[in-house]
Amino acid sequence: MAIYDSRRRRSKFYLGLCYASVIIGLGWLALILGTLLYEGFRGLTPAVFAQMTPPPGSNGGLLNAITGSLIMTFLGVAIGTPLGMLAGTYMAEYGRYSKLTFFVRFINDILLSAPSIVIGLFIYEVMVARMGHFSALAGAAALSVIVIPVVVRTTEDMLLLVPDTLREAARALGLPRSIVIGKVAYRAARAGLVTGVLLAIARISGETAPLLFTALNNQFFSTNLNAPMSSLPAVIFQFALSPYKEWQQLAWTGALLITLAVLALSITARALQTQRPAK
Amino acid sequence: MTGMNDVPNLSPGPEVGPPTTAPAPEVETPAMAPASEVKAPATAPAKLILNLEQKVSVRNLKFYYGPSLALKNISLPLYANKVTAFIGPSGCGKSTLLRVLNRMYDLYPNQKAEGEVLLDGVNILRPEEDLNLLRARVGMVFQKPTPFPMSIHDNIAFGIKLYEKLPKSELDDRVEAALKRAALWGEVKDKLNASGLSLSGGQQQRLCIARTVALRPEVILLDEPCSALDPISTAKIEETIDELKENYTIAIVTHNMQQAARVSEHTAFMYLGELIEFGVTAQIFTSPEKKQTQNYITGRFG
Repeated sequence: MAIYDSRRRRSKFYLGLCYASVIIGLGWLALILGTLLYEGFRGLTPAVFAQMTPPPGSNGGLLNAITGSLIMTFLGVAIGTPLGMLAGTYMAEYGRYSKLTFFVRFINDILLSAPSIVIGLFIYEVMVARMGHFSALAGAAALSVIVIPVVVRTTEDMLLLVPDTLREAARALGLPRSIVIGKVAYRAARAGLVTGVLLAIARISGETAPLLFTALNNQFFSTNLNAPMSSLPAVIFQFALSPYKEWQQLAWTGALLITLAVLALSITARALQTQRPAK
Repeated sequence: MTGMNDVPNLSPGPEVGPPTTAPAPEVETPAMAPASEVKAPATAPAKLILNLEQKVSVRNLKFYYGPSLALKNISLPLYANKVTAFIGPSGCGKSTLLRVLNRMYDLYPNQKAEGEVLLDGVNILRPEEDLNLLRARVGMVFQKPTPFPMSIHDNIAFGIKLYEKLPKSELDDRVEAALKRAALWGEVKDKLNASGLSLSGGQQQRLCIARTVALRPEVILLDEPCSALDPISTAKIEETIDELKENYTIAIVTHNMQQAARVSEHTAFMYLGELIEFGVTAQIFTSPEKKQTQNYITGRFG
């Protein structure tokens, strides 16, 4: 009985530890989200979407930053997705048994966990330094370098989940490989592929470091890809550290917008993934 | 193939043909053109099977998975418009043999076939063979139903569209005809736009058969097509096979010996990569020549 009792005590003790760590973990998250929602919603007015970032001491909005973020995110995804998909397709379909695939997978995993500031510096060296000025194009390039490994990984993983029996069945009808990949394998993996792109968007929409080194910031509205461009993360970074009340408020609101966007993307991705048929 | 209405007389074996087979007098088969030059290989008991056109003839086939020999010098025929069953314990090489007949093994590295497989007298193992065209001529249905992730209609139209440019009405006719052949039309005619994945397992398998038939192949390979299905679905597929052989040459791998006996005219018993016995189904199941065959069909091993 003594053994049983001590085991029960130990069980309760460890269970208590588990609960405690859950509460601590979720508690911080709740605090962060709570503060963000409280502070962010307070400043969420139509002006945020209609006006430019203001000079210190006056009211304004985030229109130039939102537009800049959308443009650079879109460009980053537009450049990174095809490259990532093609590489992932090669790895899962054509080069499944080749050494190159092992090599690329290894490099890709390193790239996947590379600190984004390193990527920012890299693009600064190869683009900004050579062009002589910061530009939205360099920002998009930096974001696309972050997108590529995410898409490569999900594309390969999702295509490998498509059963080979399906490929064999398609090949057995005399369908050439390209059509089997394009019309059968992609289709079967579609939800997963879309999820990968959504996750990549979520990943880059909050990136600050690579943008500070490349697109810098711009307090005016600009759609010129060859000039510095504003973005939400960069504005948040600048405004949050400033001593001005109006700027700090806009930083909270900007943070809320990014959080809501990422949350929406994650939920969509999760919904798509659970929708995928089990086989 | 045309001109195969005549019913050859399978001399010593009892009559095992389809119900329509009236015991006809010995008929000369004029349509034997290219394949008739191909004599039945030594292992096939020529005395049993006279005057049948060999649609496919496998000669001295060896197959390697990497270094290991999976098929040891197999020679046998597939007769036109007949069903040939392959039986034997797991790992005996039945499925491997089937996968040679449409060169499915070519999808994977380190798999190699030696010898000859003649389809209408032409060796399909030669390197310059166009594999896509070959696979359109030699269709295959797999153990697990594999509908494509698209509508029922598109599952069938997909393959056709790749080879023929047809107006929509004609394409729809082809789809309907294929579904009817596979005995699935009645069940799906009102939901052709539903996903192929929404069908039951048996329906999915018949969809796969329809998909194969729609390309109008000459030979159909069935790799344990009923192993994942319930008896009712199995019965339907067996009926389908019975109808299909009017137009196609069929090879079926099965673990179910009653099924082999029910659907096939000829049976090949394989064991450990070797062809132990090949002959008329009724004879294989009633008075096999080899002891091993006897043991297997009576359930003494395997």
